[in-house]
Amino acid sequence: MFIGAIDCEPLQLRRAGLENSQSLDVYRKNGGYEAIKKVLDGMSPDDVIGEVKKSALRGRGGAGFPTGMKWSFVPKDSPKPKYVVCNADESEPGTFKDRYLMERDPHMLIEGMLIAAYALGARTNYIYTRGEYRYLIEIMDRALAEAREAGLLGEKILGSKFSCDIYTHTGAGAYICGEETALLSSLEGLRGHPRMKPPFPAVSGLYQSPTVVNNVETLTAVPDIIKMGGEAYQKLGTEKSGGTKLWSVSGHVNRPGVFELPMGYDDMEKFIMEDCQGIANGRQLKAVIPGGSSVYIMPAGDVIGKDVRMDYEGLVAAGSMVGSGGFIVMDDTVDVFESTKNLIEFYKHESCGWCTPCREGTDWLVKIFRRIANGEGRPEDAQLILDLCDNIEGKSFCPLGDAAAWPIQSAIKKFPEDFKKHLLPLTQGEAVTV
Amino acid sequence: MSQQFTPNNPLPQEAKVPGEIAVFSPEVEAEIDRHLAKYPVKRSAILPLMFIVQRERGGYLDPLGVAYLADRLGVRITDIWEVATFYSMINTEPVGKYHIQICKTLSCKIMGEPKITEHVCSRLGIRPGETTPDGRFTVSLVECLGSCGTAPMFQLGFDYHENLTTEKVDEILDRCERDEYVFQHGRKDEL
Ligand SMILES: Cc1cc2nc3c(=O)[nH]c(=O)nc-3n(C[C@H](O)[C@H](O)[C@H](O)COP(=O)(O)O)c2cc1C
Ligand code: SF4
Ligand code: FES
Repeated sequence: MFIGAIDCEPLQLRRAGLENSQSLDVYRKNGGYEAIKKVLDGMSPDDVIGEVKKSALRGRGGAGFPTGMKWSFVPKDSPKPKYVVCNADESEPGTFKDRYLMERDPHMLIEGMLIAAYALGARTNYIYTRGEYRYLIEIMDRALAEAREAGLLGEKILGSKFSCDIYTHTGAGAYICGEETALLSSLEGLRGHPRMKPPFPAVSGLYQSPTVVNNVETLTAVPDIIKMGGEAYQKLGTEKSGGTKLWSVSGHVNRPGVFELPMGYDDMEKFIMEDCQGIANGRQLKAVIPGGSSVYIMPAGDVIGKDVRMDYEGLVAAGSMVGSGGFIVMDDTVDVFESTKNLIEFYKHESCGWCTPCREGTDWLVKIFRRIANGEGRPEDAQLILDLCDNIEGKSFCPLGDAAAWPIQSAIKKFPEDFKKHLLPLTQGEAVTV
Repeated sequence: MSQQFTPNNPLPQEAKVPGEIAVFSPEVEAEIDRHLAKYPVKRSAILPLMFIVQRERGGYLDPLGVAYLADRLGVRITDIWEVATFYSMINTEPVGKYHIQICKTLSCKIMGEPKITEHVCSRLGIRPGETTPDGRFTVSLVECLGSCGTAPMFQLGFDYHENLTTEKVDEILDRCERDEYVFQHGRKDEL
């Protein structure tokens, strides 16, 4: 698997290939903990937030919310403790970048969290890691112990007035706990059900205190923003989304991996055919899901020859989204009905059961997809599925419901023939084998 | 994800003997203390503690382990069950020592998961969701584990095995059958 940068100096993956890259020593020898030093040597919390705002960094967890703005929502005058929580729940199908960031460069995450904690006045902070990533929790715990030993965590960090602690926390197998309010419920020791927003976590989050939840890749971008300055970081990307972005590439390409690209990389076809070295086994590209399972599927025709720019605006214009950057490539052997069935089974399994449209809707969708797969598809099923999606999308308590509906709606719209062939009434055409 | 309470799947029974709870070694107690110390609210430690109790009690939360958790966290026994049944990694029934969790989500599916599942299951003579009659192996199909770029894959205990081929699977299962497989992460070797 490839891990590296294309068309830019690696920032996030700068140390990923070095020997012993997990160690404090290697981190320090390669620019590590210089940013926190710079911060403690003379930047105010507002200076830090200002640089992050200038950087045009947008949250890498999926929603793309401007990070500096999120940080500025935390009320400064609140007497309550503040918390920074790192979202390392990474469970969106097709996404595996946070895993390699933590595996290869745990201190980069620690430094990013330290700076965030300083900017927000947070003393106690957590890294919520999905339970299956136990080996990463072990890596993070070792790195945290090393940092504590070196005076980079705990009381009076690097001789300053700033004191801060970071702890790992484990999830236990629930995709919904990646949603920030469900994550906070889970961190409080409850079932992982989402909560009503507002109040947003920045105002009332963990233990009803102001809390910033940020993705791993968002926080690991912070040390470089401080070191090079927000403006320089922004210039690496586009005006509206600065810096570089990691793409997790899986599926039918010759070279899958974690790719660091400048925001606004031109273009998606070149990315697949050159950087990922084309479609495996000499087959043809059929479809791409560019931003994790929750985004719209793109047919090859919307990619090839279309100069799709790889950033938030470019992907929306091309009919999809950046999402988590989980880039799933499918060749012409894939039946999009089957791939969509696979995803709706995922959402049904992961629906937390809190609200009716999502819980019942995903359950019915799976039943219908399975019936069709059993050769009992009816001509009216496509409309029935779309009606069900319509009753989930925008009517569910949290975005998981929308995330379940979008892949299906786009698959039916973009690949009608893959659905039609399963929906022939058996009396009318040949029996369909699936 | 969460188990739903249905007539066929009733609430797990509460510990029968109030007052009787699991007992752990001083080392395990110290491990538990270290987790409790991380949080201002004890209940936050519920998941880390469940993993420890599960590890120490033969791979699942038995009634005595549940009673221990309730006692240690100062919550009701039903609070423990409420949380335990939400999370797929918390077992409320025994699972095999060798729990093979094969990812069946899209990237793995299109990169050869069906062949791996077929191979594992036919070798062990069980279907996904089942445990071998001797109780040693359990096979589950699970959702994306973050190894999509190194598909197909399964997790054995907490260990990742990626870019699987049937030969690789055989080699791993051979070691398990001879009891020579050493867990790398999250478990004590003696478990
Ligand atoms: C169903 C669902 C699952 C999510 N899973 C994750 C996840 O695994 N990791 C993550 O960072 N954000 C995830 N998010 C997004 C978070 O709710 C939140 O927006 C994000 O952690 C904020 O961090 P950011 O601003 O740095 O992106 C998920 C959202 C939803 C609705
Ligand atoms: S939309 Fe789904 S996941 Fe979200 S609260 Fe409702 S049932 Fe739970
Ligand atoms: S799809 Fe199998 S690990 Fe992601």
